[in-house]
Formats: sequence, C-alpha cells, structure tokens
Amino acid sequence: MPTPTDLLQGTLDLLILQTLALEPMHGWGIAQRIQQVSKDVLQIGQGSLYPALYRLEYKGWIRSEWGNSENNRRAKFYRLTAAGTKQLEAERATWNRLSAAIALVLAKHAEASS
Amino acid sequence: MPFEAWLYSLPMRLRSLLRPNQVDQELKEELRDHLEQQIQDNVQRGMSSEEARYSALRALGGLTQIEQQCREARGGRMLRHFAQDLRYGFRQLRRAPGFSALTILCLTLGIGANAAVFSWLEGILFRPYPSVAHQERLFALAATARGDTRAEEMSWPDFRDLKRYCTLCEELFVSKITGSTLSIGDHAETATGSIVSANYFDALGVHPILGRGFEPADDVGNDSHPVVVISYQLWQHRFQGDPEIIGKMQRFNNVPHTIIGVAPDGFYGTFVGWAIEFWVPVSMEETFESGGYKLEDRGARWIEAYVRVKPGVSRAQAQQEVSAIASRLETNYPATNRGWGLGLWPLWQTPFNHAGSLLPTLEVMVAVVAFVLLIACANVGNLLLVRAFARRHEIGVRVAVGASRFRLFQQLLTEGLILSALGTAGGLLLAYGCRHALVLLLPARSGHAMYLPGEIDWRVMAWSAGLGMMVTLIVGLVPAFEARNLDLAVPLKAESRAVAGPHARAWMRSGLVVFQVGLSFILLVGAALLLKSLEKIRTANPGFSTTSVVTTGVSLVAAGYDVPRAKTFQDELIDRLRALPSVESAAFARVTPLDYETYSSTPIAVDGYQPPLEEQPEIEYNQVGSGYLATLGIPLLSGREFTRRDDETAPLVAIVNRTMMMRYWGGQDPIGRRLEVKGRWARVVGVAADSKYESMRETPRPFFYVPLRQDFDRGPALNIRTTQPLESMLATLLREVHRLDENLALYEMITLQEQVNRSTSEQLVAVTLVSILGGLALLLAGVGLYAVMSYTVAQSTRELGLRMALGAGPPNLLRLVLSRGLRLTAGGVLFGALAGLALTRFLGNLLYNVSPHDPLVFGTALAVTTTTAIAACLSPAWRASRTDPARVLRQ
Repeated sequence: MPTPTDLLQGTLDLLILQTLALEPMHGWGIAQRIQQVSKDVLQIGQGSLYPALYRLEYKGWIRSEWGNSENNRRAKFYRLTAAGTKQLEAERATWNRLSAAIALVLAKHAEASS
Repeated sequence: MPFEAWLYSLPMRLRSLLRPNQVDQELKEELRDHLEQQIQDNVQRGMSSEEARYSALRALGGLTQIEQQCREARGGRMLRHFAQDLRYGFRQLRRAPGFSALTILCLTLGIGANAAVFSWLEGILFRPYPSVAHQERLFALAATARGDTRAEEMSWPDFRDLKRYCTLCEELFVSKITGSTLSIGDHAETATGSIVSANYFDALGVHPILGRGFEPADDVGNDSHPVVVISYQLWQHRFQGDPEIIGKMQRFNNVPHTIIGVAPDGFYGTFVGWAIEFWVPVSMEETFESGGYKLEDRGARWIEAYVRVKPGVSRAQAQQEVSAIASRLETNYPATNRGWGLGLWPLWQTPFNHAGSLLPTLEVMVAVVAFVLLIACANVGNLLLVRAFARRHEIGVRVAVGASRFRLFQQLLTEGLILSALGTAGGLLLAYGCRHALVLLLPARSGHAMYLPGEIDWRVMAWSAGLGMMVTLIVGLVPAFEARNLDLAVPLKAESRAVAGPHARAWMRSGLVVFQVGLSFILLVGAALLLKSLEKIRTANPGFSTTSVVTTGVSLVAAGYDVPRAKTFQDELIDRLRALPSVESAAFARVTPLDYETYSSTPIAVDGYQPPLEEQPEIEYNQVGSGYLATLGIPLLSGREFTRRDDETAPLVAIVNRTMMMRYWGGQDPIGRRLEVKGRWARVVGVAADSKYESMRETPRPFFYVPLRQDFDRGPALNIRTTQPLESMLATLLREVHRLDENLALYEMITLQEQVNRSTSEQLVAVTLVSILGGLALLLAGVGLYAVMSYTVAQSTRELGLRMALGAGPPNLLRLVLSRGLRLTAGGVLFGALAGLALTRFLGNLLYNVSPHDPLVFGTALAVTTTTAIAACLSPAWRASRTDPARVLRQ
C-alpha cells in the first residue's frame, strides 16, 4: 500500500468541505470516505480530524447537529452551510491554480533536463 | 461574505460560551463513538477485540490532546480564561484577607481622594448652580469697556434691548447679588439675596415649592412690587418652616415685602459659592442698591446677567451676535454707550462670583491628592510584591505544568483588575460621601452662608474609572514583572539563600519605599511650613488691640432710621456706653479692619506734593467716630483724635497714617497741612501709626481717617473696648440699645482676635488640607515600609538563622533589620528633602514670614518620619530576632 501522504491543514479543510458537499456525515464517516475515495492514498490522521471539524464550525463553514447514524447510534452529523459552499468553490479554484502552476514548473524542469 | 459565515458560526460560539460543560461532554461522546466505530471496523477486518481496541486508540491518538485542541479550536478562549482568572482571583483574595483589605483600603483612599477633589472642581467649574437646568448652555453676560477685557455691569435698558434683538439666545435673565439686613425678634443678620428679572425662575427651570415666582409686571415700576421669594434654608431656619408663610410680610431694608414663594430645597441661586437666601424683582432695585432709581437710566450700570443660548449655538456665535447688538446700541445711544461692548463668559469664568478666588486652593488640592494616589499606588505595589513572593511556589508549579508566560500575565493582570475595581468602587463611595465637604474646609464668613456643590456625574466617574485602569496596569504589572524573572528551580526549593533577591527586584522594592517615604516627607514639610505660617499670621501684630475689643453693629437702616435720627441715636448710645464702668471706650467706624466690607477710596491731592505723571494717587480711608484710635488701641503718633466737635458743621479734617506721612510729606509732620479728599480740602489734625487694614499679609500702605459725621453712614460697625467678657458685654449692650429703642437688633458680636482669625481662612484651609493628607501619606508610607521589611525578613530567614548559629544574639538581629529599614528611610528622607527644597518655593504666597527652607521645619519632619519608620520596622525586626536557627537551617 502506498504510504499515506502527510496533509497540510488547509488541504484537510478542503477535503472535508468537499466530502460534506455530497451529503451530511459524521466524523468517522468523513474519515472513511476520504480514505475510500482516494483509494487509500490519503489516510488522514484521525487525531487531526476533529480539531479540524471544530475549526471549520467555528469559522461558520459547516454546521453540526445530532442525529441517528446507520446503526441507530446517536452521532453528531456535520453539513455544509451556504458560506461553506462558497468557501469550497473558492478553495477549489485556488487549488486548481496552484496545481496548474506547479505542473507548469515541473514541465519546464522536465524540458530542461531532457 | 465573512459576515454570513460569522452568522452561521454564532450558535456554536454562543453555546461554547454559555454551556461549556455541555459542549465538552458532547465532544467526549463524539470521540467515544468514533472509537467504537473504529473498533467495530477493526473487528470486522479480523482483529481480536483487544487488538482492535489498541489499534483504534493508536490510530486516533491521545484523547486528552485532541480534546484540548478541539477546545482551543472552539474559540471563546479569552473569555473562558478571564472567567477562570476572576474566580481564582477572588479565591486568592479571600485566602489573604489582611493583605486584600489593606490593598483595597489604600486604593480606596487614593482614588477616593482624587474623585472627591475632581467632583468639587467639577461642581465649581461645570455645574456651579445646583438644580439649574441646562447649565452647559449658560453664559455670563457683562459689559466691556472698549480696550479692556474686564467685565463691567450693564444697564437695564441695554439688557431689555439685548433681550429683544438677540435671536440666538433662548433665555436672558438678570441676577444681581445684593444684601439686606433682616431683623426678626432680637436678632439682626445680613442676608444675601439677588435682584432678579421676572423670568428668573422660569428661565432656570426652578419652580417654587410654595407660592409662585415673579410675573412680568414685576419688572416694571419703581419700588412698586415689594414681593420676595425666599430660599428653602431661610424658610426653615428663620421662619421655622411655617406652612402659612405665603402672604406674610417681612422687612427687607426697612421696606415691608410680601413673601410670595419659597424656592425648592437644593436651589441656592446663581452665585457660585454663596447661598442666596432671597430673591426680589428688578422693580425693587432702589431699595437694595444705592444710587437711586436706575431702571430707566441707560447710563446706570448695575446689572449682572446671564444668557442661555439655543441648543447647538456655540459661544463664539453668540458672542458675535451680542457684539453686533452692542455696536448698534452704541450707534443709537452715543451719549451713554460709546465705547461699551458686551461680552459672554463661560460659567466657570463668571466675572461676578467667588469661584475665582477658590481656584488656587483647588489647584493645590489637585496636586496634593495626586501625590496621595502615587503613594497609595506605591504602597499597593509593595504589598503585591510581598504577596508575589509568598506565592512563588504556586507560580513555579504553574509554569512547570505548562502555563505560558502570557497566561500568567493574564492571570496576574486580572487579579490586579479585581483589586482596582473594588478600590474604584470604594473610592467613588468615599467621594460621594465627601461631595459636599468642600464647604467644611472653608469657614463661613460672618453672616454669609457658603455653599459649594460637588457633583458625582459621568465625568467624575469616567475620571475615576480612568484612574482605576491606570492603577490596574501598575498594580497588575508589578507582580507580573516579578514573575518574569522567575528562575524555576529556586522557588520550588524551600527557601532562597540569597539575602535580598536578585538585583532587579531589590531595586524596585527599595525604590518604591524610598519614593513613598520621600513623598510623605515633602507633604509633612509642606504642612509644617503652612502651619507655622498660619501661626505667624495669627499672632502677628495687626497694629491694633486684639484682646479686650469687641465689634458688632446696630441695624438702623433696617429699622427705618433716617439720617438725623441715626446721628442722634449714635451719639446717645456712645454716651451711655462710656458711662458704664466696664467700658473703657467705644466708637463707631464704617468698616472694621480685616473685614469683608471694602473701604471707600478716593483720589487725593496734597499741597506741595507733585505726583509723577502716571500716578493717580487713590487712597482708601475709613469713616470713624471720635475716640476710634483709642478704642482700637492704634497709637497716635502726633496731633489729636477726632472729637464730637468735628461734625458736619465744622471744617473738614483728617487723620493720616505714618506711611502716608512718609510718602506725601517726606516724613515731616503734616499737622495743619491740607489734603484734598473727594474734591474738597481737609486739614490734617493727627498722625496714626500704621496698622493692618484689609489683610494680615498686606504691606504697609497709605491710609487715612475722616470723621464719621463728615461722611455719614447710617449703619457703621460699633467697636467697644471693654473688660467684660463677650457674652456679658453683649447682654449689656442689648440692654442699653433697648433702653433707647426696643425694636432694634444687633449684629453678631465678635472679638477682634476672632476677626483676625476669620480673615486668615485661606491659610487655614491650606493647612488643614495638607496636614490631613500629609498624615495620610505618612501612614501609607509606614505601611509600605512595614510590608517591605516583612518581605525582606521573610526572604532572608536562612541568612538570619545562619548568623544566629554563628553567635549573633537577638539584639544583634534586631539591630540588623532596623538598620536596613533605617537605611531605606534615610534614602527616602534624602529624596524628600532634596525635592522639598526645590518644591516648597511653590507655596510662595501662602507662606508668611516663613522661609521655604526653614531648618526647624525640615528637622521636625525628619524626626516624625524617622519615628514612624522605626515603629514600622519594629515588628518585622522583632520577628527576625525570634528566628529559631535550628528550624530554619534544617530547611
């Protein structure tokens, strides 16, 4: 299995927001989903998940409420707020710009060394 | 967009603020759930339940850390810490009640004294008229002669015109101070009153509680409306609160007036520093003012007026309009108004009031209470240092467990905030209690009630709060500063081995005490100088006898005596008095020396004396009866006294004083020479020795006397030289007066010594004030010294134990600690002496015949300070000498 990459805080926020954009989820669910979708490449340290969730809630991008999970346990569900949706768009745009720029630099480098 | 996000975040912020425990609980639950889900998942993958558990825990990480991180991410941290610190701070204070009480007391005294003085200042400057509405828009109105900024009185016709033409003015009213003699029963008194325009009470927003105010008709006519509104105080004291008072008659200046109203309690008129006791309308002007009927004379200037401008109008704007109107009047009435303008003054600079003379005293007070606050702060700083030392274990533990320096600062600052908040609250209460105390410091002049309001309003509270904030910073930072240089290992060990701690701390501690001792020393010196000054003034030779002479007066004017009848009465009374065996001599005089009453003055001319061109010699004089000099004990240097024969039919004569003789006749005997007085020539018949005329502190000046008969006054003062004590002389006099006329009353009778004492009230105020504050400062300094010495002793018990073990006996240790204390005191005294030598010259005009560097005074202050210091150090020194070396060295 490829080693999990360390994630920066900002990107963790982005991933959480994206995951919640699809449907509301509880904390454990979010961790599993990200792992699943990235095909096990991204394994977020679960220790940093909850502080991140609290931080996002503090900033007003996600909202929490208690509900029943699949196996009828009480769990805290998080969902995206309208502000969070806007933030997600903004972050995606930034990410795209960033990765495009890096790609350019690497391409140049590849050119130069070939 | 951020606002939207903030809105969404609100529920969470509020909950974490208001229900932190619940939120914490939820977090724990959430994490527990997560763990369980992970364990389930692991079990499904095939791990045993134990493995699953361990693996899940490892994956999650440390629960405590996560909880802490979540808590931090939740926000509201500052507030939570603050609440924590507050609770902790209160607990700490309760645990050390002695320290807390002392600290809060110091702060209360310091802030309270400042708030009180500020409220007095506030009262006099901003809102000098209690119960009057909208004083911030009120200005004093007066006339100005072109080329002079001094305020002069204006005329009634001018006032009426101004009222008509002024558009920016909301209200104009007149309030001219006046006096009247009031006789009720046996007793006569002067009462202070105001001649006011009819709109006075309405304009001020003051409504009489009984009866009514004046009506517009009361403004018109000559003595046609003898009505009066009396003050609440007068109603209570002189009329015993008679509920049927409305409609009753009372003679004012011999004219019966009908009492039509009683002013509310708490209203004292519009003259700063004086309690006005009655109000009469303008039409009664002739009864109360001298100089005839003036209401229709544009050139008769006698009015003091006020203007309230419309909201939003500034003084400059109003001044412009008023000046324009003045110019118009000048053009229309050149004969009377040429060269005259009109001016507006802010209330605190009102030209006709008492506040001006009070300001210097108040300024001194402000400086002194600032001193007191400094001392109080220094004290509190010291106490906190001592306390911080006692808490060094606790602080050490905190730092060891992981508190950041900043967190520590926060906590100490919060504790400082608690102290200063309590101190500020206490101080405001103290100031509230003292708010009317200013008048207590100023003894009443005979016959005139003073009223000086102090107000606790938002300005005073803001000022006190500001002081409190400043004190918080100082008071909170001191222990924080102390904690900064904390060496962890040291406080966690049992005792510090060093004698007096690292240099920085010792410097600050000693510095504070030295500073305190120095300040107290300065205040003591100031108080002693002023006290000595006062004594010198009071015992200085005024040039006349102070014992065995009493002065009083008979209210002939109020009784309706005309001039011929008054003359007869005065002669008869003197004859009767002189016939009494206990009376050596008696004489009338228009003005008593050192009185509030002013002398007449006149330009003079002397035969054979050519004054330099710019000099217009104008000299004051007194109108006296025969035998005046003998009665007062003023030596006659040459010539003779006035006699009965020097009356209105005889040639004009005068007695000059020595300074006058020296200045105008070159020291030669002026007997027989001529002196021009008020345009007429008089002959000099005697030379009197110099004496004090207006104030004990004046320098010798020219002065002369004229016979009372030749410049008559119906209500002069009566001076009696007698061997009888005051009360019996009063009874005797009353008897003699009533034999002549049953309806007459006497003014207050006092000895001339009492007259001298009353004239020195300004000095008395200064002395009282500085003495009280000096005493306070010394007390605080003593406490500070005690605190520091206790601290030093506590910190160096190891050293003391060592010394004892090596053979020092208790007396040695006692001496050791005392000498340390005295060294600090010496430093303080040195600082105080040097500063004192520099600063006492500012007492300047309050000192009389006393050098600002008087060695006796400095010596006394030194003795008092040293004694206090020894007393303060005694207890810690005693404790030091009781050190048990075995116990201390074992630690």
